[in-house]
Amino acid sequence: MVESNYMPLDGANAVSQAMRQINPDVLAAYPITPQTAVVQHFSQYVADGIVDTEFVPVESEHAAMSACVGAAAAGARVMTATAANGLALMWEMLYIASGVRLPIVLSVVNRALSSPLNIHCDHSDSMGARDAGWIQLYAETGQEVYDNTIQAVRIAEHPQLLTPVMSCQDGFITGHGVERVGLLPDQAVRDFVGTYQARYSLLDTEHPVTMGAWDYTDYYFEHKREQTEAMNGSLPIIEAVSAEYAELSGRAQPILDMYGMDDADYAIIVLSSNAGTTRTVTRALRAKGMRAGLLKPRVYRPFPAKQIVEATENCKAVAVLDRAISFGSPGGSGPLFTDVAAALYNHGVTGPILIDYIYGLGGRDTLPPMIESVYDDLQAAAASGERGDMVRYLGLRE
Amino acid sequence: MTQYETPRLDRPWTEVNPGGVVLEPGNSVTYITGTWRTMRPVRDTEQCTQCLICWIMCPDAAIAIVDGQVTGFDHDHCKGCGICAQQCPVKVKKPHSFTGEMGKVIQMLPESQFED
Repeated sequence: MVESNYMPLDGANAVSQAMRQINPDVLAAYPITPQTAVVQHFSQYVADGIVDTEFVPVESEHAAMSACVGAAAAGARVMTATAANGLALMWEMLYIASGVRLPIVLSVVNRALSSPLNIHCDHSDSMGARDAGWIQLYAETGQEVYDNTIQAVRIAEHPQLLTPVMSCQDGFITGHGVERVGLLPDQAVRDFVGTYQARYSLLDTEHPVTMGAWDYTDYYFEHKREQTEAMNGSLPIIEAVSAEYAELSGRAQPILDMYGMDDADYAIIVLSSNAGTTRTVTRALRAKGMRAGLLKPRVYRPFPAKQIVEATENCKAVAVLDRAISFGSPGGSGPLFTDVAAALYNHGVTGPILIDYIYGLGGRDTLPPMIESVYDDLQAAAASGERGDMVRYLGLRE
Repeated sequence: MTQYETPRLDRPWTEVNPGGVVLEPGNSVTYITGTWRTMRPVRDTEQCTQCLICWIMCPDAAIAIVDGQVTGFDHDHCKGCGICAQQCPVKVKKPHSFTGEMGKVIQMLPESQFED
């Protein structure tokens, strides 16, 4: 284990510091609040000669991911960052990156998709991209986004995986929030990520290859089957990289961050920073004798179905907190709820009452009393045996 | 013409290259598109001036060239689009050796008229 150097950093700077230490070959990016500081500070490192990265300022996020795809296809280690409509603008390129199996690392600072225009935090951006074949990691704190971003490089580049990774954090809340973040020594990060040996390079004229070629009705399906096989088998790889990083940093890197789940009757499943708010409530309720639990997945894609089912199958009632609406889904539920419900049903688990709470859209503040009300609802539902409304809203004026 | 190894159409998903990365350079030549043709270009070899415009304009690189002279068409890859016939700048002085018509040095005939 190596000692980390702790300093006050906002989440954006936690990422730009990680990028500095990783020192990727190429970074192509376009600014968008609340990601701006990530690339702004990194570009200062480039200007000061602190990194060797070829920095490509592009005209749009679509161009950013296109440049990243080109650089990665040439065999470079590539990173970038975006948010909200920027992620939406590069949507087609996300599929191209994952389809050609390029290990690009994208830092997403979660922000609501327009319209109407809102620059504050919700998960509609990365959730909208959940089918794009990218691995998705969600960080609760600045420390976690720093740790996740470094691990993302090793996860993406793993020879059995070669899948791009989105490392997400909550815009403004974590992105602009200053916390105590421990940075590993530069050399430790360099050693951990190592050198990237691309399997193929478009610049290798001795071994010419073609990427993203015409793939007719007779083979496209087989290529996609191969791609889904890699994603389906990615959890053990993520666990192995996480274990190695945990040993190096002395900080646990669980797939599911759990509090009080061993004997929880009432559990909340939530991603990102609101897990912090929730945990204070869970702890307080536990102290009062309620068997409350909190489950925070750090990995959302691939969905850790088996682990989540095992953690919740004995609960009396479970609330899923979704910071995005999957419009038109059953009841207008959120993506996390949809995946949890499917996982439970597919594992033959029908015991727990399952309720979805949409919260925090457009940066709406979610306060401890609201979380308490969720646990109260769960308790009431379990007592009466009646679920009531499947999809509810936290912090909405009704 | 060249013998190509016909691409296999029966590989299961376990035998494809991740990302569909193609390792053989220039292997699109093994994909036979000549069967798509419904019209075939024919060239009056005597009256052809060897200006090479057909070779420049062909979108499939299907005009065969040896030592800077057009020698014929690559029927494995000619799709019969007719661009060569349309772009040919040379009008025949006597009836076309294939079609018997006046008009250009390259003209298009229905593919059904050919045995091969």
